[in-house]
Amino acid sequence: MEVKLQGPYHTGGVCMKCLLVLLVVILSFAVVFGGGVVEVFSWWTGGGEEEGLFAIFEVFNEWYPDVEIINATVAGGAGFAAKAVLKTRMLGGNPPDSFQVHGGMELIDTYVVTGLMEPLSDHLKEWGIYDKFPSAIMDICSYNGIVYSIPVNVHRGNVVFINNAILEDVGIERVPDDWPGFIEAMKKIKDAGYIPLALGDKDKWEAAHLFESVLISTLGAYNYNGLWEGRTSFDHPGIEEAVDIFHELMNYVNDDHAALTWQEATRLVFDGEAAFNVMGDWAMGYLKTLGWTPGVEFSWMTVPGTKGSFMVVTDTFGLPKNAPNRENALKWLKVIASVEGQDAFNPIKGSIPARVDANKELYDDYLVWSMNDFATNALCPSIAHGSAAAEGFITALNDALNLFIANQNKAQFLRTLRNAASEYVY
Amino acid sequence: MLVSLAVLSPSFAAITVFVYVFIGSSIRTSMSNWNSFARLLSGEYVFVGTQNYVRLFQDPRFQSDLWNTLYFTLFFILGCLAMGIILAVLVDRNIKGVGVFRNIFLFPMAVSFVVTGTVWRWVFAPGNLPNNPRGVNLLFDMLGLNFLQWRWFTSTESFLNFNLALIPVIIAAVWQMSGYTMALYLAGLRGIPSALTEAAEVDGASPWQVFWRVKFPLLRPITLSAMIILGHISLKIFDLVYAMTGSGPGNVTDMPAVYMFETTFRANRYATGSAIGIVMLIMVAIVIIPYLVNAFKKEVKTS
Repeated sequence: MEVKLQGPYHTGGVCMKCLLVLLVVILSFAVVFGGGVVEVFSWWTGGGEEEGLFAIFEVFNEWYPDVEIINATVAGGAGFAAKAVLKTRMLGGNPPDSFQVHGGMELIDTYVVTGLMEPLSDHLKEWGIYDKFPSAIMDICSYNGIVYSIPVNVHRGNVVFINNAILEDVGIERVPDDWPGFIEAMKKIKDAGYIPLALGDKDKWEAAHLFESVLISTLGAYNYNGLWEGRTSFDHPGIEEAVDIFHELMNYVNDDHAALTWQEATRLVFDGEAAFNVMGDWAMGYLKTLGWTPGVEFSWMTVPGTKGSFMVVTDTFGLPKNAPNRENALKWLKVIASVEGQDAFNPIKGSIPARVDANKELYDDYLVWSMNDFATNALCPSIAHGSAAAEGFITALNDALNLFIANQNKAQFLRTLRNAASEYVY
Repeated sequence: MLVSLAVLSPSFAAITVFVYVFIGSSIRTSMSNWNSFARLLSGEYVFVGTQNYVRLFQDPRFQSDLWNTLYFTLFFILGCLAMGIILAVLVDRNIKGVGVFRNIFLFPMAVSFVVTGTVWRWVFAPGNLPNNPRGVNLLFDMLGLNFLQWRWFTSTESFLNFNLALIPVIIAAVWQMSGYTMALYLAGLRGIPSALTEAAEVDGASPWQVFWRVKFPLLRPITLSAMIILGHISLKIFDLVYAMTGSGPGNVTDMPAVYMFETTFRANRYATGSAIGIVMLIMVAIVIIPYLVNAFKKEVKTS
């Protein structure tokens, strides 16, 4: 379509120009760097994440100095904007060489069952590192026993972050790790004039994040995992119990939760306004960025009733079919699967490596605690972060929770949840 | 004749492809069962008729979206028109330094809705009342006007299906677009021949009467254009709401465009997303087509 457009409707023309410019830029890269390029697509643009990504890029450049990395990032928390861009590119037959995707259904349901990804098991075996990852994490990244993406890091979802000064002020020495005790403690904190539980659910997934942690506590890891494997029914009484606890928790969250993002909620803990915050351990990275030291100003524990369970949020990279620079993409995957790559990335990002043989000395107290739990606990895939269920289910759950928090209609919530389950899970 | 056809044909082809073919393709998608990524990719077209539309109109979220759009559009247009004409009249005097104010009023239009939304989110973030107010609530606290403190866009109160949480969003939108409305009115005011106003003044009309009886009726076409332009912005509003409030608790500030984005690109429900898009297209068409028909008739008359 080499058309010259006139008049007010020249959007098509601008697009063509953009594409041409892009093409020229990419081609010139290819000419300058003989080894070619590799386009790595991610949503790592925030503090800690971007530095971590650059640290892997450094390792890559050491290993393959003649291959140039194109860092294709789309900003936006939890990758919502990036995922939309990626889907459009995959649909249009214009995949990047390798892209970030949460391990689990976000990968499997969207890209693997539709036949858009290349299997990676053989490559992992060829590199001799197939058995260096825990089998539970490999299961999350696999479909019919074949691995389709390589996990680069693991975050834990079911963590409570605690402002130590507030607890001292209120006079709580040990935070109980069962719900009745925890709620009792929150009552005390509320009476003392603090916000007991910081929540920021402007983007909705934060509420689902809290709910799924409660769900593990009432169902147990085995039954929770059973929901996604077809062992546990959505009529299980543990689900109703979780809804009741979640409902109770809403009495202890900040009034303005609907106006805040997760960072702003974590910030309430930092500012000394709120005592607890249930968030994935990226919140720890954020608190560290703000200047706190783990164990000094703040401490952490698993969400009440979830000791022994590890809610897994894992970022992985896969190899789409028809990747324009397939050979270089494999080099990239080899780097991120290596101990060097994972140990360069994770201490900076504030996550633990997916490999079992990483160097523990590089990680701080919290991360070592998390690594030990990761090695011994039951691993549970996260719903809110795309591992447990198809993306349609996540959106339905987010919407249902958002409505439930506002209208507190439990029957309606359970009905929506079960309908979504029968549409997307069974 | 041949030359004009040759000149027109590229844009004609481009519009056909990039506008009408895509509208057609959206309608087609909206009547399919492509509510998952796998079904969309398979390319196998299964016609389900109006099923997606029926489910959509039964969906409580979409119902609140429609109410929100209705009230948002209504108050947004009224607010912009009122602010626009007031500012235009104030600026339409030959006082020194008036150009500075004109630019100040027009300036918000140069800022993108995403920036506006983020800043107004900070302004109207309620904080935790009564101890830790934020934004305007903090301001009210300092001024001793605590009775004005309110939960703003996190409020779930509603009146005749009008979610009061929309008020801050409407304020932000009016702030952004009233300068533009002012510019439209200003052009209109400048276009009124001074002979008319002078004649009225000679006949003893007060300035108020001159405005209401002479100028305002002459500004009717401007008002209509402004309504159309503002109306189509508000029916399609996405960025402001998305950056400022998101869906809000219980979808109190949700809009069809936000739902369309989420259902299409997060939930992979492409058919439902297309259906929302088509409903939005129809809403905009209802507003715009009468205007276009009217304008076309006039053009035919004058030529």
